[in-house]
Amino acid sequence: MNNFPILSFLTFLPILGMIIVLFLPKKQELSIKVTTLVITGLQLVLSIVLLMNFNYSAGGINDPNSFQFIEKFRWIDIPGFSWIGNIKIDYFLGVDGLSTPLVLLTAIITFIATLSSWNIDKSIKGYFIMFLLLDTGMMGVFVALDFFLFYIFWELMLLPMYFLIGIWGGPRKEYAAIKFFLYTLFGSIFILLVMIGLYFSSMETLVDGTKVFTFNLLTIMDPNNYTPYGILSPLNPNNLRLIAYIALFIGFAIKIPMFPFHTWLPDAHVEAPTAISVILAGVLLKMGTYGILRVSYPIFPEITMSLSWFIALFGMINIIYGALAAMAQKDFKKLIAYSSISHMGYVLLGMSALNTMGISGAILQMFNHGTITAMLFLIVGVIYDRAHTRDLDAFGGLGVQMPAYTGFVTIAFFAAIGLPGLSGFISEALVFLGAFGSGTTRILGIISTLGILLGAAYMLWTLQRVFLGKLNEKWKSLPDLTAREYFMLVPLTAIVIFLGVYPTPMLDLMNASVNSMVKFINNAQVFYSSLNSF
Amino acid sequence: MITLILSNLSVNIQAIYPEIILSLTLVALVIFDLIFNKQKKFLPLISIIGLFFAFIFVIPEFGTSRSAFPTSENNSLLSIDSFSAFFKGLIIIASVFVVLFSMSSNEIKSCPDRQGEYYSLMFGMIIGMFFLVSANDLILIYLSIELLSLSSYVLAGFVKTSIRNSEASLKYIIYGSTSSGIMLFGISILYGITGSTNLFEINSVLGFSNVPQITFLISILMIFTGIGFKISIVPFHFWTPDIYEGAPLPITAFLSVASKAAGFAVLIRFIEITFAESLSKSGFWQLIPYVNWQNLLVLFSIITMTFGNFAALWQDNLKRLLAYSSIAHAGYLMLGVAVLSDQGLTAVLIYFSIYLFMNLGAFFIVMLIANKINSENIDDYRGLGYSIPFLSTSLAIFLVSLTGLPPTAGFIGKLYIFFALVDAKMIVVAIIALLNTVVALYYYIRVLKVMFLERTDKHVEIEISPLNFVIILALLAPTLIFGVYFTPLVNIAKNSIQLLGF
Repeated sequence: MNNFPILSFLTFLPILGMIIVLFLPKKQELSIKVTTLVITGLQLVLSIVLLMNFNYSAGGINDPNSFQFIEKFRWIDIPGFSWIGNIKIDYFLGVDGLSTPLVLLTAIITFIATLSSWNIDKSIKGYFIMFLLLDTGMMGVFVALDFFLFYIFWELMLLPMYFLIGIWGGPRKEYAAIKFFLYTLFGSIFILLVMIGLYFSSMETLVDGTKVFTFNLLTIMDPNNYTPYGILSPLNPNNLRLIAYIALFIGFAIKIPMFPFHTWLPDAHVEAPTAISVILAGVLLKMGTYGILRVSYPIFPEITMSLSWFIALFGMINIIYGALAAMAQKDFKKLIAYSSISHMGYVLLGMSALNTMGISGAILQMFNHGTITAMLFLIVGVIYDRAHTRDLDAFGGLGVQMPAYTGFVTIAFFAAIGLPGLSGFISEALVFLGAFGSGTTRILGIISTLGILLGAAYMLWTLQRVFLGKLNEKWKSLPDLTAREYFMLVPLTAIVIFLGVYPTPMLDLMNASVNSMVKFINNAQVFYSSLNSF
Repeated sequence: MITLILSNLSVNIQAIYPEIILSLTLVALVIFDLIFNKQKKFLPLISIIGLFFAFIFVIPEFGTSRSAFPTSENNSLLSIDSFSAFFKGLIIIASVFVVLFSMSSNEIKSCPDRQGEYYSLMFGMIIGMFFLVSANDLILIYLSIELLSLSSYVLAGFVKTSIRNSEASLKYIIYGSTSSGIMLFGISILYGITGSTNLFEINSVLGFSNVPQITFLISILMIFTGIGFKISIVPFHFWTPDIYEGAPLPITAFLSVASKAAGFAVLIRFIEITFAESLSKSGFWQLIPYVNWQNLLVLFSIITMTFGNFAALWQDNLKRLLAYSSIAHAGYLMLGVAVLSDQGLTAVLIYFSIYLFMNLGAFFIVMLIANKINSENIDDYRGLGYSIPFLSTSLAIFLVSLTGLPPTAGFIGKLYIFFALVDAKMIVVAIIALLNTVVALYYYIRVLKVMFLERTDKHVEIEISPLNFVIILALLAPTLIFGVYFTPLVNIAKNSIQLLGF
């Protein structure tokens, strides 16, 4: 088990699947679908194997020795430039308690999204090729520990996503696709700049004692590796760390999406096909917050400390703005999209607290939001496939017509509201406990509780409009769930209920990492303040 | 003036073997065309053989550093060094591809009786470029530019029956002769000030005596105009869109890659040799502060890339769009020069090698499609992604690479430019260049949008001959492979930045 490159397999299995699909004839639609399903299924199995072999006591975050399933070798090795040392880029994969839940989430969501893609009817081959390429990009982001590699995977997702929305989307797909593309590319140029800046600010000591610039995230995190004159080095009195932090934060915030960079999300969600909405909400949005936790927090701990109030503020704005906007929507899918913005606000609020409770809550909320929103988008997809409309006012009384469906909807809605006993409750409670526990974020946390109320309001109101009341005659013949739809919804429901009743396995999974992150940020504060004193 | 010292003629002749082979090929093409008037299909073969042998003689030039045709004890007309060898290599690769393109171009095939003319003129261009990249005397630079230009004027209007071709050719002559006239004037002023046309001699004059500032600056700007015309930077770019749109496609591709490469080579040599103050160990060039090259080049490159990108947004003709995009790329390349460091120079060489493949690829596919549908209008590309998936996907990859998205090679080219910029602490410039990438995405992706996102009932069938298939793969492979494994490319580039005398 120790030598099996499980993370590479997880990441590049979809590429293998892509090549197989590429050589399958266009007409063999079923075998294309089955290939994709097998590949994503294998990926799910591998991620469960990963989970079973995971060492719960290893912290990770900044300590290269406690990362697990590490794969590391030189990818690019260019000797020679005498004045800038050597260019070296590592192929460096590894997981800790921060990335494992998200690897698991990605595997689950991709598998379910494959099932949900079963009714794609045009250019099936192209669809699944793009789908699998996207899968590689997502998995790669969560396991990469070299900034360069991270960035490659990050950008790899853009083009497939553009085509998936643009070709298989709804009426305004072209607009939505290009808007998504331009926004995220705009964000990633900032990430690129900071990446290059960090590269010239930190040096890794090789075995033979020579020092080289590095993209290795863990090396950059160690304050002892900074060069005296690097533009992002704290040792340089004229450093640009604050500006770089904000730039990097914007780059990630566009993906979350954080107010005011959120406007691409409703468009992308409304136009994207169901499966892609599921992936977008379930996995892609998590990349923004993951990036902040993985890159910004440990590399810029002192700035994170001083700006945590602002992060909490934006979290609060996201929570309340998202909820208010959701309340005003008439389109079912747009409502869910705005509710996503609101729920991602909890993640921001939780991580701004910088304590164990808050960060655990944030990571758990990332996982839970992934499963719950995936459910919600599947639910919208189910009704849209049947009624071909998503207008909330067009429905009514569906509870009688589709009882099983209504059951799932109710669970998903209640989980999204944060009803005790369902997973959303645990993470939101932890987020608020964390926020109350920290002096900087307490007031903002208290205001944010308003979001729960608003959340309950729009969710229950929607439930009432669509499922209660008198049945609209037009929908008298709508059939209830099919076997495939059960197959997609039941596992997600099980996860939502299980983590609501017994969240311990998930919390244990991330506990060591969250603790080491909190400790690292607080200890780093001592180091950075000592720099300012002279 | 120039007095050649011909004591060691045989040694000097050896130094220009590649050029001699190219000239012999030119002669062979003309003679073959005269004698075997009906055997047109052998002409490309002869061209490729000639290029192949020239390449064999270019390879040993890597790693050497010597001068040929001395005009005085220390100075000479030609520098044979790794830098020129690198560009000669690029020019040969581009030429081979363009010869192959010409074999399947309908435009070229429409003039069957003038094929010999076509290939021999192309060799005229190649010889001009070869001398240009290694010249270190202003007279030779001027003569090579003229040889290059005169051949390309004719080639731009090669299809005499096409009004578009003739118009392009005429415009090209007018713009080209004006700018080379200005350049010649600049050279004469510079000669008047310094008493020499040799770059090394001018350098030593600048180092030891004062020259009149204003006059000197004017002469430099005039010479810069001539070179700027060749690499089509704003404001010397006006010819580019018209000529690129009007000329036969293989020639457009050739102009956009090879002739631009030669222009950049001469610009770099001109700046680095004429203005070098001292041997620099730090990697940053120490230049004589008569001209603030950094600000000048940064200004021109930012204007160039911004103008090129924004103008491309409104283009409906794909050839014109690629013309503006090539203007924008000239801007990025110039940023690499503007850093004025070895790091920046390496970035330029890397960028150019990648640009060669992706730009030629894009033009080739546009040509194959235009052969069939007789149009380069973006609107006529509607739904092509479904009727000709291979060609459309390849074009998509080339365009994505031109945008600079990973994991394509175009990203690596841009990445090295940004490395150089951040290394030199030119952060603001880097941000402007990066924002330009976002603008560029919009028009490149528009082509992809039309091909893949829009659908049509019209069905286009294009048969790809095995040869063309191989050509496309040969262009695709580097575009994709250098995106994930670029070690060899960077190694070659960084070993090639050695100029004679440094």
